[in-house]
Amino acid sequence: MSAYTATVTVRLKRGVLDPEAETTKRALERLGFELEALRSTDRFEVDLDAADADAAAERAEEMAERLLANPTIHDYDVDVAERE
Amino acid sequence: MISVVRFGGSNCDRDAARALDAIGVEAEIVWHEDGLPADTDGVVIPGGFSYGDYLRAGAMAARSPVMDDVRDAAESGTPVLGVCNGAQIGCEGGLTPGAFTTNRSARFQCEHVNLRVENAETPWTRAYDAGEVLTIPIAHGEGRFEIPDDELATLEDEDRILFRYCDADGNVTDDANPNGSKGNVAGIVGDAETVAVMMPHPERAALPLLGGTDGRGVLEAFA
Repeated sequence: MSAYTATVTVRLKRGVLDPEAETTKRALERLGFELEALRSTDRFEVDLDAADADAAAERAEEMAERLLANPTIHDYDVDVAERE
Repeated sequence: MISVVRFGGSNCDRDAARALDAIGVEAEIVWHEDGLPADTDGVVIPGGFSYGDYLRAGAMAARSPVMDDVRDAAESGTPVLGVCNGAQIGCEGGLTPGAFTTNRSARFQCEHVNLRVENAETPWTRAYDAGEVLTIPIAHGEGRFEIPDDELATLEDEDRILFRYCDADGNVTDDANPNGSKGNVAGIVGDAETVAVMMPHPERAALPLLGGTDGRGVLEAFA
């Protein structure tokens, strides 16, 4: 077994309105910043032990499927890195 | 006996039990960890902020063990109604399609809204006429109904939309849409018409002293 950190990033599917991101974008514009668009995401960092990186990724993907993301409105991706 | 499932953070459980009592339906509040009693012949998942709305509204409660009981009951034809947080739990838990997410305004909204009855042939709407306009309160920050276009079309084809947000005359307009819900959808039924979710609170419009009884008809599904 090796130690990994799986980073699960959950974001709204393209086309799904994100009112909080819109509000944040307007606040940045009020501060004088120029920007075209802003998207927010949720990022989960999961420390876990697994036989190899594929097994760690597979487990993290199942976590995303079953709880961390809602497939009706979200896409997600998983990155796995060895943990010291 | 109607079981009103209480999670940590539920806050409309007593309102629901009292509203059912007002129409002569016996109800009891059931702590979620105790599971559904064997004599349950109807289930209300009430409003509130179960698990503090952590992760997403309803996400945690939808995956709690009592929901296995609720799904079993729903599959055997027992009427199940999710209101507000209960609707979020119902969608998160797969009782109904779609999802309820952050209001278009990005704010919590507590106000009376008008609802047009879309399908008056379900247990939840039999007390009404199709096209009738009801006035019922909402109180939510995450009530915007989202669903892929093809799934919404399926719901419409199968006549599974109970209510749409409308103006006082029954016109379904964007101005009358309090939260940006797709298709102005306020409530739907699941695969079986005995399972329903809705963001507005019928139990808060069930006692004459509290300003109206338009919500009673929904609860009469349990009578």
